[in-house]
Amino acid sequence: MASNKHTIVALVADRPGVLNRMASLFRRRGFNIDSIAVGHSETPHLSRMTIVAEGSDTQVEQIRKQVEKIVDVIRVQDISGLNIVSRELALIKVKSTPETRSEIMQIVDIFRAKIVDVSADSVMVEATGDEEKVDSLYNLLKPFGVKEISRTGRIAMARGDQGNRRDENEG
Amino acid sequence: MKLTGAQILCESLLKEGVDTIFGYPGGQVLPLYHTLTQYPKLRHILVRHEQGAVHAADAYARVTGRVGVCFATSGPGATNLITGLANAYIDSVPMVAVTGQVPRAMIGRDAFQEADITGITIPITKHNYLVMDIGDLARTVKEAFYIAGTGRPGPVLIDLPRDIQQEATEFHYPARVNLPGYKPTLAGNPLQVKKAAKLLAEAKKPVLIAGHGVRISGAYHELKHLAETLQLPVITTLLGISAFPESHELSFGMMGMHGSAYANMAITGCDLIIAVGMRFDDRATGKIAAFAPHARVIHIDIDPAEIGKNVKVDVPIVGDVKTVLVELNKEISAKRHDEWLAQIRDWKRQYPSGFEIRESDSILPQYVIRKIWEVTKGDATVVTGVGQHQMFAAQHFFYDKPNSFITSGGLGTMGFELPAAFGAQTGLPGQTVWCIAGDGSFQMTVQELGTIRQENAPVKVAVINNGYLGMVRQWQELFYERNYSATPLWCPDFVRISEAYSIPAECVTKKTEVVPAINRAMAAQGPYIINFVVEPEENVYPMVPPGAGIDQILHEPRKEAS
Ligand SMILES: Cc1ncc(C[n+]2csc(CCOP(=O)(O)OP(=O)(O)O)c2C)c(N)n1
Repeated sequence: MASNKHTIVALVADRPGVLNRMASLFRRRGFNIDSIAVGHSETPHLSRMTIVAEGSDTQVEQIRKQVEKIVDVIRVQDISGLNIVSRELALIKVKSTPETRSEIMQIVDIFRAKIVDVSADSVMVEATGDEEKVDSLYNLLKPFGVKEISRTGRIAMARGDQGNRRDENEG
Repeated sequence: MKLTGAQILCESLLKEGVDTIFGYPGGQVLPLYHTLTQYPKLRHILVRHEQGAVHAADAYARVTGRVGVCFATSGPGATNLITGLANAYIDSVPMVAVTGQVPRAMIGRDAFQEADITGITIPITKHNYLVMDIGDLARTVKEAFYIAGTGRPGPVLIDLPRDIQQEATEFHYPARVNLPGYKPTLAGNPLQVKKAAKLLAEAKKPVLIAGHGVRISGAYHELKHLAETLQLPVITTLLGISAFPESHELSFGMMGMHGSAYANMAITGCDLIIAVGMRFDDRATGKIAAFAPHARVIHIDIDPAEIGKNVKVDVPIVGDVKTVLVELNKEISAKRHDEWLAQIRDWKRQYPSGFEIRESDSILPQYVIRKIWEVTKGDATVVTGVGQHQMFAAQHFFYDKPNSFITSGGLGTMGFELPAAFGAQTGLPGQTVWCIAGDGSFQMTVQELGTIRQENAPVKVAVINNGYLGMVRQWQELFYERNYSATPLWCPDFVRISEAYSIPAECVTKKTEVVPAINRAMAAQGPYIINFVVEPEENVYPMVPPGAGIDQILHEPRKEAS
């Protein structure tokens, strides 16, 4: 069975323990979560989660159905097959000296990333984009010495009308 | 008028029609227990261990079709519910468990008897709640009962901090629930139902598999109509036993590891399966790759996640079994499958599956079960533990009465039988409940004899005493060179144990005494226990070895009559 990365988007009630329920379900069904990102949605008291997990289509379909059974989950969709926009945010702290700073800045420019903090011996770079872009930027910065990196994991949304909204007429 | 949290809980239970609670008190539910005496309509039954409460509530729910309720205190009380919650979860039993929790201000400080029970029970409950605001309590109870009892039923836990039990507020019981994320599908998709009817009309060698879902939705009549109209052979899963009368000419018994040879052969040879309210558990299907290789599959289940989980399905129908069968029955017309049925009957003649009991001077466990069936004329609810005796009870009692076989199918919980038999008896006062216990299984919850005595519940107990953890010993015999590691089991004198609980009991060692003893048990007014000392190394046949296809059947080796 072909195994590949799936992006699952879930609209969930903002209740304590929802993230725990979700993570517990993936763990219990033997699924590795690559990343999970949560934040408020357009509706008060509802959050949107983006989960990236690896598995065959049938496995992921099973996990989607199991997720749907969580009472606090209002809607869940595997958007992998759809036309989607996906992004992640990364903060990368790179060692720098007066000699290397301009070279780092050039690389940062090429990736349309930003320098958001500068100290005597390091700069902090903020980058957004899909994972490949963040990976490439990271690879280019590595030779300078990366002190710290923090990535949010993927958030994603289907383009146009195929989204994961809550129906207006839903209770 | 303001009510305390404890009163709100009790009022809410009354609104839900609860009349029986199985439970065990403790510090963090004291306010609730204090209040309980103001509510004489809520009969609280004190068990001897919280596991007893949860299994009793489980069986009470299975026999009545209502939501079973149990109470426990925080920490150790709550964690003692774990096995029973997992059991109810995997067997889809509607239940609400209320646990006490330390006061809100103490939560998270490792206070005395604090356990994160909502965290612990996430994977084994359908849903759970930690109530942190008394204003949420009534709504929580309403939701809990709704979630437990609808869709695919399951246990819901409510964790209630002690200070909330004491605090007071106005009581308003909501008229309806508002759960946008919870909408079970009841009616089947009409197009899929039509497709199923078409496949059924075309099939030459169809088989109907009936599971627990038939019993849960009470679809006996609809299932019978479907089977009779299309002349479908009906095979059940373990939990499907008593979904279809076994004396019916279309009944071909149970499938799976200890199912009948002819049932398993029929499934292997069929060209269409209509699976009704079952979940293709590995004990039922054997090796999936070898399962029903020629069959297309129609699967009806209320839980969409069950469809396609283990077996590839051609026509999925999500919905309540009864509702779907009513619709499906409108789409079908009479058919016959004489040749196919003759073939299965022929297999039945060729491979009688060891259901005839061989001659023996010693007491065979099968013989005991068969005699209980004969003496009760099948008019009993049978509750079992887990092990060989469970399989013998499945094979040798013939279930015609709907919903009359209560067993721990999914989790296989030893110790289920005694508290469950008590719970079933509580739900079925005046009816005969037989508890078929294993000597090992019985000892896991034997203290519930105290509950049975205190409540004077007329449960009849047959301990099938082989001096071994029999089912494990059987595997050791067959697959581990007879290395009986940790399976010989010393047993106390069960008669004296029973007498210590003031329950009449006897020990039967002679075959001729089996029937008279069963008669004495039936004649006794209250509970009665029989310790049947049976052939120690009897095995359950037929058997499909673990990991094999279900048609790879081991039959009973010929034993010389002794
Ligand atoms: C709580 C629990 N522990 C262990 C097991 C594993 N197990 C399955 S059957 C069995 C033996 C049961 O022995 P007994 O109750 O004497 O019944 P018998 O098989 O002899 O009829 C065991 C240990 C189990 N199912 N449940």
